[in-house]
Amino acid sequence: MQFPESWLRNLVNPALDTAQLAHVVTMAGLEVEALTPVAPPFNNVLVGEILSAEKHPDADRLRVCQVDVGEAHPVTIVCGAPNAAAGLKVPCARPGAKLPGIEIKVTKVRGIESFGMLCSTKELGLEGAADGLMVLAADAPVGADFRSWLNLDDTLITLKLTPNRADCLSMQGLAREVGAITGTATRLPQVVDVPIQIQDTLAVNVAAREACPLYLGRVVRGINAQATTPLWMAERLERSGIRPLLAPVDITNYVLLELGQPMHAFSLSRLNGGIEVRMARTGEKLELLNGQTAELAPDMLLVADANGPVALAGIMGGQPTSVEADTVDVFLEAAFFSPAAIAGRARRLGLSTDSSHRFERGVDFGSTRRALERATELLLDICGGQAGPVNEALAELPRREPITLRLARLKRVVGIEIDTDQVVRDLLALGAQVERQDDRLIVTPPSFRFDLTIEEDLIEEAVRLFSYDNIPAQPPAAPSRMLPQDETVLADDVLRQKVVDLDYQEVITYSFVDPAWEAALDADARPLPLANPIASQLSVMRTTLWGGMLETLRHNLNRQQERVRIFELGRVYASLAEQPMRLGGLAYGDGLPEQWGATARRVDFFDVKGDLERLFGHALDTRRSVHPALHPGQSAELWLDGRAVGWVGTLHPRLVQTFDLPSAPVLFEIDSDVLARRSVPRYTSLSRFPLVRRDLAFVLDVHTPAGALLDGSMIIGVKACLKTKKALPFG
Amino acid sequence: MRNPNEIVADALIAIQSCPDLPALEQVKAVYLGKSGQLTELLKSLGGMPADERKTAGARINEAKQAVEGALKTRRDALQLAELDRQLAAETLDVSLPGRGLSHGGLHPVSRTLTRIQALFRSIGFEVATGPEIETDFYNFTALNIPEDHPARAMHDTFYLQSEGLLRTHTSPVQVRYMQTNQPPLRIIAPGRVYRCDSDVTHTPMFHQVEGLWVDESVSFADLKGVLADFMRNFFERDDLPVRFRPSFFPFTEPSAEMDIGCVMCGGEGCRVCSHTGWLEVLGCGMVHPNVFKHVEIDTERFIGFAFGLGVERLAMLRYGVDDLRLFFENDLRFLKKFN
Repeated sequence: MQFPESWLRNLVNPALDTAQLAHVVTMAGLEVEALTPVAPPFNNVLVGEILSAEKHPDADRLRVCQVDVGEAHPVTIVCGAPNAAAGLKVPCARPGAKLPGIEIKVTKVRGIESFGMLCSTKELGLEGAADGLMVLAADAPVGADFRSWLNLDDTLITLKLTPNRADCLSMQGLAREVGAITGTATRLPQVVDVPIQIQDTLAVNVAAREACPLYLGRVVRGINAQATTPLWMAERLERSGIRPLLAPVDITNYVLLELGQPMHAFSLSRLNGGIEVRMARTGEKLELLNGQTAELAPDMLLVADANGPVALAGIMGGQPTSVEADTVDVFLEAAFFSPAAIAGRARRLGLSTDSSHRFERGVDFGSTRRALERATELLLDICGGQAGPVNEALAELPRREPITLRLARLKRVVGIEIDTDQVVRDLLALGAQVERQDDRLIVTPPSFRFDLTIEEDLIEEAVRLFSYDNIPAQPPAAPSRMLPQDETVLADDVLRQKVVDLDYQEVITYSFVDPAWEAALDADARPLPLANPIASQLSVMRTTLWGGMLETLRHNLNRQQERVRIFELGRVYASLAEQPMRLGGLAYGDGLPEQWGATARRVDFFDVKGDLERLFGHALDTRRSVHPALHPGQSAELWLDGRAVGWVGTLHPRLVQTFDLPSAPVLFEIDSDVLARRSVPRYTSLSRFPLVRRDLAFVLDVHTPAGALLDGSMIIGVKACLKTKKALPFG
Repeated sequence: MRNPNEIVADALIAIQSCPDLPALEQVKAVYLGKSGQLTELLKSLGGMPADERKTAGARINEAKQAVEGALKTRRDALQLAELDRQLAAETLDVSLPGRGLSHGGLHPVSRTLTRIQALFRSIGFEVATGPEIETDFYNFTALNIPEDHPARAMHDTFYLQSEGLLRTHTSPVQVRYMQTNQPPLRIIAPGRVYRCDSDVTHTPMFHQVEGLWVDESVSFADLKGVLADFMRNFFERDDLPVRFRPSFFPFTEPSAEMDIGCVMCGGEGCRVCSHTGWLEVLGCGMVHPNVFKHVEIDTERFIGFAFGLGVERLAMLRYGVDDLRLFFENDLRFLKKFN
């Protein structure tokens, strides 16, 4: 929410400068996101009127202007702007003025002395078209200080309001809050009932009484919709981020900002029959003010006339019945729509409006009538016309039940005692009614607070106004109990460190991946698709870590990294119930880092298998098996305790092409739960016999896996392995 | 009989001029060998008259000792020279790099997580985890964020086409943990979280650490104490300014945002802190009674605080990383800077 500081100060003016005010407000929970000066610093700029503009005798593009700046005699100023013309009122910087980036002096321009500069918006650092001089309103007071005439010594304050503080979505609410925080008296807008001059009314029938407990309407006839919105109102609207459009609309917007009550003005002549507030019927449509045609759902609240929907209640009005420049009679609406009836609807239609934002969070039902009177008053003032009586449809408004605040509970939650008098004072300042009993306060919150319903809500208010800063930061006392240390489980960070020690670099890749990767790695994979992915290449949940690994490999190969050894410890996703943690790795390039003392050799299957054996701390049960992503002759499934727990192998040559790689990396992926499981060492006595070593050689069929021989035998190692015929000398 | 002194003089010259150990052994044979000159002289003693024999014997023995002494000295010298030669020949260029595997490194996010976990473990927090595909109940409802609550709109949730959503924060772990564990409890829950948002300062996946302490007497003052302690230890700055501002989270009340003095500019104001001198680093608060109700914890007996912090944010501040997206590009040149 953005607003000009001057508006707030008009309602409550604590003795603090802008920065102090911002700090105090921020520390009370209304975070000031930005302070933006309305104009950069400059001085000595006056409102001037160009009396004459003659061509410079020695320069085609320059004009010599006589400018009235409210002094006894006009001053001569040489000006290069194409739009300089007699009769214009423009900002005029006098000698000695400091503008952003320049200082104005008396200078000779092509032989003629110039006593100042006529300014463009750009030269003053203001927003707006930069072409030529800034042209001021015809009624601008000649000789007046430009800054103060346009109220430029003002700051735009942007607040980041939390969703619970709907009451601060208006100047009135903010003023009340700032008053309570700083202990300053407020001057809230005085609203008087306008005189009733006509008796016209429009019938209002509220069918959805729970969704719309209060609906107020009034006919105003004979307005001039084209009346000029007064400068002060236009300025406040603009500085609050709302563009002035048409006076009646500006007025409802102004009341929304001032009092927080969203309002709507219908063009009376375009309404057919009375107003009905009801839920939408399936199939109903409404062309909205923004041109969008909304398909309405049965849980959406409507304002309708005899012809059908005319407004999406609390969200946006309809185009056909909107006020336009030729509108003469209007029907003004101010209502309380319950948050539950509005919440989420705008978002479903792709809308977010000032009105829905407020109604979703809660609008003060205690000042609906006041807002209607305020809007009528402004309408009559600015656009003329005659007001009819207020037509009210009232059902059951939300109740503000008394809440008990136990002082002992307050102390227990906060950790220190807060003076009860101060708590009472602060709660009263927030507009609550407070009844003091022995050990508790009975607090009835005001109508504008939708966020105060339980004891904790009051505790928060008490602490907030006491200031979080005033609560000591104390080291908590707790019994010194040791944390359990399960020796049979390797913590994730220990596991990671072990892989790091094996010369793998950890990476973290996205959990959602390109469906094409998934399909390439396993045509049978059925990765879970996201309903609302951020991009198509991040649209399915990974079922393997390899997609991200291969993408990381490619990314780094493109950056001249020739040796890539990476791992990731992360989840893969099968379903809501099954999201196992896996350790995945990839090795590519030379087995060893480039070095003088070793012959370069590409990393191969056995390098990576060796890494895994070191990781598990024991020999592995690897079984030849076929994985769609791996080379069928260089892949193995890892088994542990009778269960397949992972894969290791060289990337399938087909995928080397698919992933556009120069050659194949070796990959592995293992259930990390299995890896993390360790047994506690158990001592058994050492053999009393000396070690005996025998060298044996076996000649085997080439298809007999060495593992078959190693398994369960006393053989502890293989010294060499000749591929053809396969002689296996063991030692 | 030849004068032993003359033999010694000859021998000393011969010994001195020996270039190596084998030559020295030959010289030794010439004088002290079986038929060496001094040995022969000793043999000739037998033919001498007894009165001369004693003096001559003594002289020959002296000569023999002199030669043996010279031999030993020379032998030692030659051995030493030989060793020097060997050492010189075996000298390496020790400035060459070592051989073998290199080592990898942790991702900076892991490194930061490890550091965060170590600090909280040191005051008795256990590590808990939970699933990343979550249900609406755990991610929202149980955390007091009902359907259509405006806070849901702020979460930019990823939904799966089938059931479930990607958790938008690590807070669901609080609920899961409290369902199965009784207070008193103290946990942190690190992990991946997801928001449907991607620009210069947002990645659709990032990491959080959730913290929860529930006991019979923990207070807002304790919350402030623990978190200020954590930040000062994390940044290793005892004088790090911290402040707590009221804020709003549906699952805590009172709620607070924690700011630390900008670690980049020391509070002077810079681009990183938007010239405020403060950095928002963490959200926290006292556990909302509605959350306790969902897990059937007696709100009159137990009280608790919770917090959630962004890991990438802390990593960026700690290590001076200026672009969030670097964390997920996995450029090895970037990652290796943290090894």
